[in-house]
Amino acid sequence: MTATERLSLALVWTLAVASAAFLMAPLAVTVAVSFGSSAVFTLPPPAWSTRWYERLWVSRDLWPALWTSLRVAGLATALALVLGTLCAIAVVRGRFPGREALVTFLISPLMLPGLVVGIAMLQGFRAMGLRDVGVSLLVAHGVITLPYVVRNVAAALSLFDFTLIDAARTLGLSYPAAILRVLVPGLAPAFLTSGLFAFLASMDNYPISIFFTDAWTKTLPIQMLQLVEERPDPTIAAVSTLLILLAVVVLILGDRLVGLRRLAQV
Amino acid sequence: MSAPTAAPAAGPVPARWPRLARPDPVALMALPAFAYLAAAYGWPLLVLLGHSLSGPDGISLAPFARFLSDPFSWRVIGNTVRSALLVTLVCLLAGYPAAIALARARGVVQALLLLSVILPLSVGVVVKAYAWQIVLRRDGVVSQALVGLGIWDAPQRLLFTETGLVIGAANVFLPFMILPIYAVIRLIDPRLSEAAATLGASPVRRFLTVTLPLTLPGIVSGVAFVFSLAVSMYVVPSLVIGDRYQTLATLTGRAFLFLRDEQLGSTTAVILLALAVAVVVGSTALARRLGGGGLS
Repeated sequence: MTATERLSLALVWTLAVASAAFLMAPLAVTVAVSFGSSAVFTLPPPAWSTRWYERLWVSRDLWPALWTSLRVAGLATALALVLGTLCAIAVVRGRFPGREALVTFLISPLMLPGLVVGIAMLQGFRAMGLRDVGVSLLVAHGVITLPYVVRNVAAALSLFDFTLIDAARTLGLSYPAAILRVLVPGLAPAFLTSGLFAFLASMDNYPISIFFTDAWTKTLPIQMLQLVEERPDPTIAAVSTLLILLAVVVLILGDRLVGLRRLAQV
Repeated sequence: MSAPTAAPAAGPVPARWPRLARPDPVALMALPAFAYLAAAYGWPLLVLLGHSLSGPDGISLAPFARFLSDPFSWRVIGNTVRSALLVTLVCLLAGYPAAIALARARGVVQALLLLSVILPLSVGVVVKAYAWQIVLRRDGVVSQALVGLGIWDAPQRLLFTETGLVIGAANVFLPFMILPIYAVIRLIDPRLSEAAATLGASPVRRFLTVTLPLTLPGIVSGVAFVFSLAVSMYVVPSLVIGDRYQTLATLTGRAFLFLRDEQLGSTTAVILLALAVAVVVGSTALARRLGGGGLS
């Protein structure tokens, strides 16, 4: 190895480690602040305490918002999994013109500015006479979770060997049983990764949810940002730490079931 | 395709889906998703376009002309494009080496690097923007560290500055640069670089003539990803830089949420939309051309 090579390798690794530290920094800061005793965000905190978690426990704003977010994310993900899988099957197995254009259309909500999509839906729903905030929120979140499912399940289906289903039929399974025992397990990793990422995307969404909230229905990110602007104290850090914990749990689950490297392909 | 067991299936199993029947019944399975998205998303986008183009007397471009004749608007557009370009540049400079390291690392090191990319990606933007608000204060960690290192004489505040905005936004969007480049690097045959070395190419020349051209499709999609996200970012500017610095996205949000000026909001939203579509379409075309030449 020449000196130049060694130098460039050292440079690459230094920058990579710096990037990793940079990426993790906000998460580390959030956790540290949430366990600090001080209300004025000094780092490192003068003493450690769990008082912000106690305050979070009795919070009257954050729990309803968390519940709204979990409910909307769960329902939207379920909706996306059903509609998205059906659509992916049609796109991969069907013979009709414009399949590529259809996929682009279905994935496009992720490529356009969230705020613009939110405004369009706000005006569109209003024009259609849809005024219920809860329903609007769910329909809007379905739009942003669907792309994850379509993209992942279609990719998995295009790699799936459909002669396996014929094989299962030859071995005596009925057609629905063959689908259930051969196709569904084969697609399980795709269901899982797309479901997890769709769920997190819905949980974290701000720019679309902001148009579908009122005094009673607020998702967690909306409520958090409002609190940061009104009375910033480390209670926000405590709830953020819980969200980081949720992400960790989701990733451990994903790693156990499909592997971290596969998750990176989303 | 290794299924000798499947071959006899042709006899007893009836034709699954009649190929020539029309409409193809399998195609019908796309209908629910298509109808849903067309009604909840496609049609509203058309309504928005229509709304931005309709004046008091029919179709007109007057709202755009009015918006673009105001010097304030050009400052907003300048802020939007400049901050997005800076964010993209920072992400590229930090993300490219990280992607190379990620592709070369093995075992635990790779798992840790991968985790440092995916975990922040799975945590919401509000959480991260809030953390940067704490870090970038006058008494925050960055200021203390820079004073400690002797780079700054006195503590300064990075919060509410453009530098702070770029740091925070680059942090949020960096994974979207690393992952596409990593995906491309993984596919490169390492023997190509070795072959160039055998033929006497220097490390720098090998990088410039072998590695860089082969990773160009990844760079293009990473740059396009980060730029289009940065152009339309809303949460990071509202927490890190505040109302004095407006971008197209924050102005759009304000127009709808606070000013109740839907005409202005629709105009800026459509400009933002045009910008995003141009980036996506342009980068897709570019990546396709590069991909055809470089990765085959």
